[in-house]
Amino acid sequence: MLRTLSDIQQSFALALADPGLPVPANVLGRRGKPDLRRFSVYRNNVMIGLTDALRARFPVTERLVGEEFFRAIAHIFVTSHKPRSPLLMIYGDEFPAFIEYFEPASKLPYLPDVARLEVAWSQAYHAAEAIPLNARAFASYRPSDLIEARLSLHPSVRLIRSAYPIAAIWAAHQGDGEVNGPEHWEGEDVLVLRPDAGVLIHCLPAGGYDFAAALLAGKSLGVAAESGLEVDGDFDLARNLTGLVSAGAVIALYADQ
Amino acid sequence: MPARAGVGLKPVHYQSILDFMPDIGFFEIHAENYMGDGGPPHRYLEAIRSHYPLSVHGVGMSIGADRPLDHEHLERLKRLLERYEPALFSEHLAWSTHDMGFFNDLLPIPYTGEALERVCDHVDEIQTKLGRRMLLENPSTYILFAESVMLEVEFLTQVAARTGCGLLLDVNNVEVSATNHGYDPLAYLDAFPIEHVGEIHLAGFAETHDDEGRRLLIDAHDSPVRTDVWALYVHVLNKLSPIPTVIEWDNDIPAWPVLFAEACRAERLLGSSNGLPDHREAFYASHAL
Repeated sequence: MLRTLSDIQQSFALALADPGLPVPANVLGRRGKPDLRRFSVYRNNVMIGLTDALRARFPVTERLVGEEFFRAIAHIFVTSHKPRSPLLMIYGDEFPAFIEYFEPASKLPYLPDVARLEVAWSQAYHAAEAIPLNARAFASYRPSDLIEARLSLHPSVRLIRSAYPIAAIWAAHQGDGEVNGPEHWEGEDVLVLRPDAGVLIHCLPAGGYDFAAALLAGKSLGVAAESGLEVDGDFDLARNLTGLVSAGAVIALYADQ
Repeated sequence: MPARAGVGLKPVHYQSILDFMPDIGFFEIHAENYMGDGGPPHRYLEAIRSHYPLSVHGVGMSIGADRPLDHEHLERLKRLLERYEPALFSEHLAWSTHDMGFFNDLLPIPYTGEALERVCDHVDEIQTKLGRRMLLENPSTYILFAESVMLEVEFLTQVAARTGCGLLLDVNNVEVSATNHGYDPLAYLDAFPIEHVGEIHLAGFAETHDDEGRRLLIDAHDSPVRTDVWALYVHVLNKLSPIPTVIEWDNDIPAWPVLFAEACRAERLLGSSNGLPDHREAFYASHAL
């Protein structure tokens, strides 16, 4: 029987992950033989702990499908996706993509994007601190200087493009109150960030997503504005820039004067 | 760290603590919950840390795993300890990581010579990296391994002797494991190397049954400390001078006054044990001047 620590942990881990496997023969209860109910405590702890981590991270997704259905999805996800890190605050980054291919959830086509919004929300919640730039920082520049300027966005900034009104759906499912559906059913481009203590969610105007994404990629304001113009011929650089700055999304400006 | 009672810090209590500034010895955090880059958890912890001593309790280091420690995780831990300068740092005699991933539970290890070598190497590595002494916690277990050749107490005694680490005595875990495996918790406590104990944990357990219909206790941290566990705590306090004691309550978390009352109960017992708690000595000393 005497086996190495490696062997012991290998067989323990395999049986832990697969409830179809028997309790390892060296894992004993009071009478010196394997005891399923005892071993199941460990299986349950893993399943409940990881399910609770998902429930904490995806409260709106859970509310949209109901607790029972959510637990069922979570059970399948947890079985096939063990965390790679001991930081449970990042567990479930692949959950939205998993939902997308989970056939029973296909009646709610917006569900994966709402889950993406919740991933972005928790990432913004735990992101590094940074102080947003005040609009006055732009005052001393001529518009021609700013065309070449580059911006640093707040480390909490996340962008999500959806064919569904995910921000409206998300807002309608906060708390336990009565749910009123979105007033429109058009796609939304969403900016998620935490400029100070709280996470904020903004809907971006047409072209605003492409503009902000280009800035995030390190492009100049001029190039980023072209990205916006490609999507919307009426793209307004001043309006979009002001929107980002007033949202607290900009933390540094690099420009030649 | 004052020899007083503290509690595990929970986000639902952040605001109550800052609003009421309760007279409590210290707070203990789970290291992994504060390994994000920023945000409200750090903002609240900084505010609370500025008023109270802190203990950091890791749950993800996987000291008992037959694989190298996660160096990235150890780096994160080092940064956390440097930032918050806790008076105590502890981890578990358990494993949780495998090639398959992180199991998010404190899994049991066999008490073999090989496991002892591995645990001692890991404790050495952690203490060297962190530049400080750590406390290692006795586990709650539901099964035994056929390969074990020594008792848990012997194993822990050896780790402490070889690495110089201290021990975190979780009295609830003693009650849970003793009940589950059918030994006497008092005998376990009397054999425990009490001179190495730097902290005590108390918590509530849940109950079920094993395949044979015997009582099986689960280390659930979801309820008040049970009468039997308080009795064991008093037994321990009669054997050593007062020591920092944490009430752990991580599931079905009660309102702040309920948790605080548990800490007050522990503190009364600390105060009536052999010695006087540090803070009272300090109080008398300052008033004698």
